[in-house]
Amino acid sequence: MPIHDQGYRRYEGRREPHGRTWWVIARAGIMNMLRQRKFLGLLLFAWAPFIVRAVQLYVASNFQQASFLAATPETFREYLGQQAIFVFFITIFVGAGLIANDRRANALQIYLSKPLARTEYIVGKLVTLLVFLVGVTWVPAILLLILQMMFAGNTAFIARNLYLFPAITLYSLMQVFTSAFAMLALSSMSKSSRFVGVMYAGIIFFTAAMYNALRAMTGSSAFAWLSPQDCLEIIGNAVFRVRSAYAIPVPVAFVAIAVIIAGSIVVLERRVRGVEVVT
Amino acid sequence: MPETLTAVATPPDLPSPAASTVELDRVSVKYGKNFALRDVSASFQRGAVGLLGPNGAGKSTMIKALLGFVPPDRGEMRVLGMNVKRSPLEIRARIGYMPESDAHIPGMTAVAFVAYCGELAGLPRADAMQRAHEVLYYVGLGEARYRNVETYSTGMKQRIKLAQALVHDPDLLFLDEPTNGMDPKGRDEMLELIRDIAHNKGLNLILSSHLLPDVEYTCDHVVVMDKGSVATQGPIEALKGQGGRVFELRVKGDINGFVETLRAAGLDCHATDEDIMRVFVPAGRDARFLFELASRERVQVRHLRPSVPTLEDVFAHAVGEK
Repeated sequence: MPIHDQGYRRYEGRREPHGRTWWVIARAGIMNMLRQRKFLGLLLFAWAPFIVRAVQLYVASNFQQASFLAATPETFREYLGQQAIFVFFITIFVGAGLIANDRRANALQIYLSKPLARTEYIVGKLVTLLVFLVGVTWVPAILLLILQMMFAGNTAFIARNLYLFPAITLYSLMQVFTSAFAMLALSSMSKSSRFVGVMYAGIIFFTAAMYNALRAMTGSSAFAWLSPQDCLEIIGNAVFRVRSAYAIPVPVAFVAIAVIIAGSIVVLERRVRGVEVVT
Repeated sequence: MPETLTAVATPPDLPSPAASTVELDRVSVKYGKNFALRDVSASFQRGAVGLLGPNGAGKSTMIKALLGFVPPDRGEMRVLGMNVKRSPLEIRARIGYMPESDAHIPGMTAVAFVAYCGELAGLPRADAMQRAHEVLYYVGLGEARYRNVETYSTGMKQRIKLAQALVHDPDLLFLDEPTNGMDPKGRDEMLELIRDIAHNKGLNLILSSHLLPDVEYTCDHVVVMDKGSVATQGPIEALKGQGGRVFELRVKGDINGFVETLRAAGLDCHATDEDIMRVFVPAGRDARFLFELASRERVQVRHLRPSVPTLEDVFAHAVGEK
């Protein structure tokens, strides 16, 4: 019997309703990253500061001599600030190839010929990156807060600093959404993940360098809106009620971040298509 | 304009909606200032339909417009009875698309890729994996299904593109140049698969190709396109078989003048790859008429043989090949 007479049969089974494909895409992306040892190493390394802080909280709660190590709201602010470097590396490692590799392999035609909207494709890719970024920012920060409560044996610290839950959430989400949207937009503009990674790093360093140069020349931090990293610093200081050394108001930093995210969405809407039309 | 009754039937009336899988009504697609599709109205019957045309005729643009990749500037399109603009997701749930160019999702084995495509098309995960194995055996990649797709040869990549289009058991398949880059044996196997899909497995398909033998072997109906418009459409046998006879002819002398004379007499002719022309003689005339014309033009007839009308003749007449 020829092989084509075997094997093909009509499908009579269940079909999933529309609107869940984003999770199929995200799950495939997450599993693909977790199969890479280098990435697992990076994730473990990103959790090292959490271990250090957890030990700090334990020691401060259980040893009177180490009470100077006790947690304050600044502890959590500093922790999230330190995690920014891991956000940077994970964004590049995970995000650079998310759309660029699909463009290189012409996979967008495959995706968009299936019953999924472009929005689902973008959301699926975004969730792939967000899962890991939230996993090294919000998740460990909230865990630290819970550990603080457990090691102290009471909820006094949390009761005094109830705003820490929304502060951690808002600041983490600002960090991860800014990075994720910007990286996804850059990834949609190229077929080379390496080029995207270099572009992303270049933009981060260039904007920071430009701000620092202008600050050195003018003696003022009024140009902080040029640097996304410094805008996030300003927002972090505000939500954690830490005194800010920047001259620009917090709403300006919010607007700058909003412009980055909105601009990224516009780029994604224009670049994620089944065909590239060159006129 | 001389009346030319050739081996090509006039386009039949568009069939009723129930009999057609795809309908286009005055569809135009522009890329910048250039019309890729110009006021196209066509109807694709159930079964296997060939979408034939030279490169740049608008075949791929038509398929991409039907898939929603390229929005039309004008006109309405319906696939499986659903409006393309209003129900794109419902349509894409029931169609399979095999793209012309190399396309895959990077970093996956064949079975993982096809199963993933099945999930994207709405199959539950376990069913998608089972279907992936079955479909990969069906297309002849059973033994290689655990290899990374990026290591596949060109022919294997064509098969896997077909597999991902079939995995969710679509009601309509779009195959865009399915034998691209394949060696002769692989091409024959692919055509056998396509023929089996259309005639034995009961799937409807639209095969877009510039290769006439591929379309002639696998399809029952054809839509011929040229320069963004539909040149002719209908059942292949009807388009080939009506109105007159075809002769292979080789002459010595003023060939251009003789061709002008043939055309002026209402006969259509086109050249083949060899130095032979195929002449369409309308009903009521025969080979003697050709000899009379040759004698009048003082050209020698060196070869004359009756032939069977082919799809190439239909195509050549439709696109006005000289």
